[in-house]
Amino acid sequence: MTLKSELKDIFTKNLRTSGIYIAFVLIVVLFTIMTDGLLLSPINLTNIILQYSYVLILALGMIMVIVAGHIDLSVGSLVALTGAVSAVLVIKTGAPWWVGILAAVAVGALCGVWQGFWVAYVGIPAFIVTLAGMLLFRGLTYEVLNNVSLSPFPGEYQEVAGGFLNGLLGGYGFDMFTVLIGVVAVAGLVWSQYSTRRGRVKFGQDVESMAMFIAKNALAAIVILWFFWQISISRGMPIVLMILGVLVIGYHVLTTRTVFGRHIYAIGGNLSAARLSGVNVKKVNFWIFVNMGMLAGIAGAVFSSRSNGAQPGAGNMFELDAIAACFIGGASTTGGVGRVTGAIVGGLVMAVLSNGMQLMGVGASTQQIVKGLVLLLAVAFDIYNKRRAGAGN
Amino acid sequence: MDSTILQMQDITKTFPGVKALDGVNLSVQQGEIHAICGENGAGKSTLMKVLSGVYPHGSYDGKILFNGQELKASSIKDSEAQGVVIIHQELALVPYLSVAENLFLGNETKRGVFIDWNEANQRAAKLLARVGLAETPVTPVGQLGVGKQQLVEIAKALNKDVKLLILDEPTAALNDDDSAHLLNLLRELREQGITCIIISHKLGEIEDIANNTTIIRDGQTVESLDMADPASTQSRIIQGMVGRELSARYPEREPEIGQVVFEVRDWTVRHPTQHDRIVVDKASLDVRAGEIVGIAGLMGAGRTELAMSVFGHSYGRGISGTVLMDGRKVDTSTVGKAIKAGIAYVSEDRKKFGLNLIEDIRVNTTAAGLGKISSAGFVNGNKEIQIAEHYRKSMRIKAPSVLAKTGNLSGGNQQKVVLGKWLHTAPELLILDEPTRGIDVGAKYEIYTIINELAASGKAVLVISSELPELLGICDRIYTLAYGRMTGQLPRSEATQERLMELMTIEKENAR
Repeated sequence: MTLKSELKDIFTKNLRTSGIYIAFVLIVVLFTIMTDGLLLSPINLTNIILQYSYVLILALGMIMVIVAGHIDLSVGSLVALTGAVSAVLVIKTGAPWWVGILAAVAVGALCGVWQGFWVAYVGIPAFIVTLAGMLLFRGLTYEVLNNVSLSPFPGEYQEVAGGFLNGLLGGYGFDMFTVLIGVVAVAGLVWSQYSTRRGRVKFGQDVESMAMFIAKNALAAIVILWFFWQISISRGMPIVLMILGVLVIGYHVLTTRTVFGRHIYAIGGNLSAARLSGVNVKKVNFWIFVNMGMLAGIAGAVFSSRSNGAQPGAGNMFELDAIAACFIGGASTTGGVGRVTGAIVGGLVMAVLSNGMQLMGVGASTQQIVKGLVLLLAVAFDIYNKRRAGAGN
Repeated sequence: MDSTILQMQDITKTFPGVKALDGVNLSVQQGEIHAICGENGAGKSTLMKVLSGVYPHGSYDGKILFNGQELKASSIKDSEAQGVVIIHQELALVPYLSVAENLFLGNETKRGVFIDWNEANQRAAKLLARVGLAETPVTPVGQLGVGKQQLVEIAKALNKDVKLLILDEPTAALNDDDSAHLLNLLRELREQGITCIIISHKLGEIEDIANNTTIIRDGQTVESLDMADPASTQSRIIQGMVGRELSARYPEREPEIGQVVFEVRDWTVRHPTQHDRIVVDKASLDVRAGEIVGIAGLMGAGRTELAMSVFGHSYGRGISGTVLMDGRKVDTSTVGKAIKAGIAYVSEDRKKFGLNLIEDIRVNTTAAGLGKISSAGFVNGNKEIQIAEHYRKSMRIKAPSVLAKTGNLSGGNQQKVVLGKWLHTAPELLILDEPTRGIDVGAKYEIYTIINELAASGKAVLVISSELPELLGICDRIYTLAYGRMTGQLPRSEATQERLMELMTIEKENAR
């Protein structure tokens, strides 16, 4: 296959997977022009990370829920509840910052156990269980907080979502440590891509041409290095970006390389076939929800840290942001299809949309209208592509 | 002779790759009960779908004359307007609606825009009386048994002013009392001048009730028998149904048979929702190493139910009996345990139960045996490709690479992927349920070759098939199943289609 025909495939045959990346680039270019480059300024890039990290964390769990053919409407309330528990412990009882964070994660996981039990072992559709959870956890949040907001957190706690690692290795006008992380990220990406490619070649599989391989990786490397350079000349490495990075890599590996990940796709792709292949469907479904709860706990800790307190109404509509991120990122509404990387890019599309419109001074009402339409168009595009593939073209 | 109500002339219906009907002729007299017989897949149901407008005029070749006029139905509604009503094997009633609501569904008694329930219920009561059903019209249909639901279907047909009633396997799901009642009702309707076409596997029933019987085989009309003629016996019908020559469609094989590997004793399974229905009744069987054993049975005999209930209790409730592997009792109560015990089950419906069609060959091949290529929960991607590639080559799967989506493969190649998937679990016993369904002739030969190779490598193979020639062509021994009971077993040397068909049609009271 030649480089030229491969490039053509990206816009034709493989549009379903590549579409989200193309859309992302278009949106970034659009808002960069409309904000006179403000969107990509070092300070704003850092801001996007700080502001939307919790949606990306939620999307990591949500993509697994959606691939398995479920939905989770409760994560917004769960973010509020876990943040509230943490705030009560740290602010009211004076427990150390890490106790608050561990408690948030533990409460999140416990709520996941609760919902996983009803979905997996009782067989109630996740839509109903998590709709109930949405109300239940919101109510518990009010109970835990006695209907009042709590703030502020001690300094260490605020660092989780608002802190930076800067000056660890020095640098002249930029942070050496941040740049180094960028270099490591590029090296890791190229190495993993290369070893996959080598494995496929070894066993006689078709791979893309070397030219395409190099072009793709070079492009990714440039974007990553440029991004880390930008934030290195701003405030340095955000701690929350490191948390997010570890989670993204971890969940990417979990979904693509492990037995558990395979079972999720098997259940979503064909439930009956998965069952007859010996997949313990109940167990897998149960752990998907436990995991989702745990990630909601992490997001709750991050969000409470960023907002420097806990509010009874926190996390409202977060579930919809996370769900939208997954569908914009190419997840199928019928299950079985979706990738962690897609969900992250989908989440970034939502983030850039919101951030870009805020920079332009667009009102909140218009923002919601635009986001709603983008979600609808993304899924319509996916269905259109499926039909096209189904027609055999 | 009475006047002819229906003439189907030279009906040919082609599906992509398959000629389901090939010049079928059928002639039905006014006011008779006309039976249609044939093996599974002979084309009976397709013929009735052509007649009732499920396949619209123009999608088939040939001519249908009804009451002397050409019938050109473009939908079921058209043919019903002419008085041709079909009642399918799967009943089409809405369980949560009442009997009356079901009777007039799409045909409501209206006063203005509102339904006149008083009149509707009154008319419903009259219809129910005609079919001898003692239920009130307001009873929800879901509360009725299958037999009574069947009567509601017939009442619904009567409401449509039926002239020709078509029943597809009406008694397959009924108990003896309900069957008898239904057959009596058909006799009464005959007296009232309603013509009836009945498809049935129950030859005793046909002998009882039918005036004429038309036999269909491989999409062609074989003959029509006048049931008043004493020569028209059950065995005469069987002869017509199976009278086909065996050609060299099966690869040669020298069996080397060893010890008993797999044994089932007194296996009993109940229907998952209708608890009083016993689907498999104290069935026992065994398979030896290197042996290919067949299970023959008509639709509804419990073949798939037997296999799936053994394989991880994937079907049914109230399962009892024992499974032995190599003489030791094993637990097969979950699919995982069954796989561990060395059992593999290749489903009859590979799209629904066998494959994840949106994934590639590689992922499907390893889906049931991921444990073999993973350590600490991580899948070894290179090993996975190696294994998928191995089965692609050894099974001769025609696909550009193991990264090709299984949804894009042909039926034969999909089946090979499923076989590869189960071979990867290294089973001692392979249960193959309709291994060649929906596969073209060339690919069938390849599947048979693979089955033979499996047996030659010492595996025990159990084949379930509706095609008797297939069983006779590849099996060393064949069990027959009728109405959930084992009715016999024949070694290859003694088995003929006629003898199998006799054993397959033994009805309940005569079983064993």
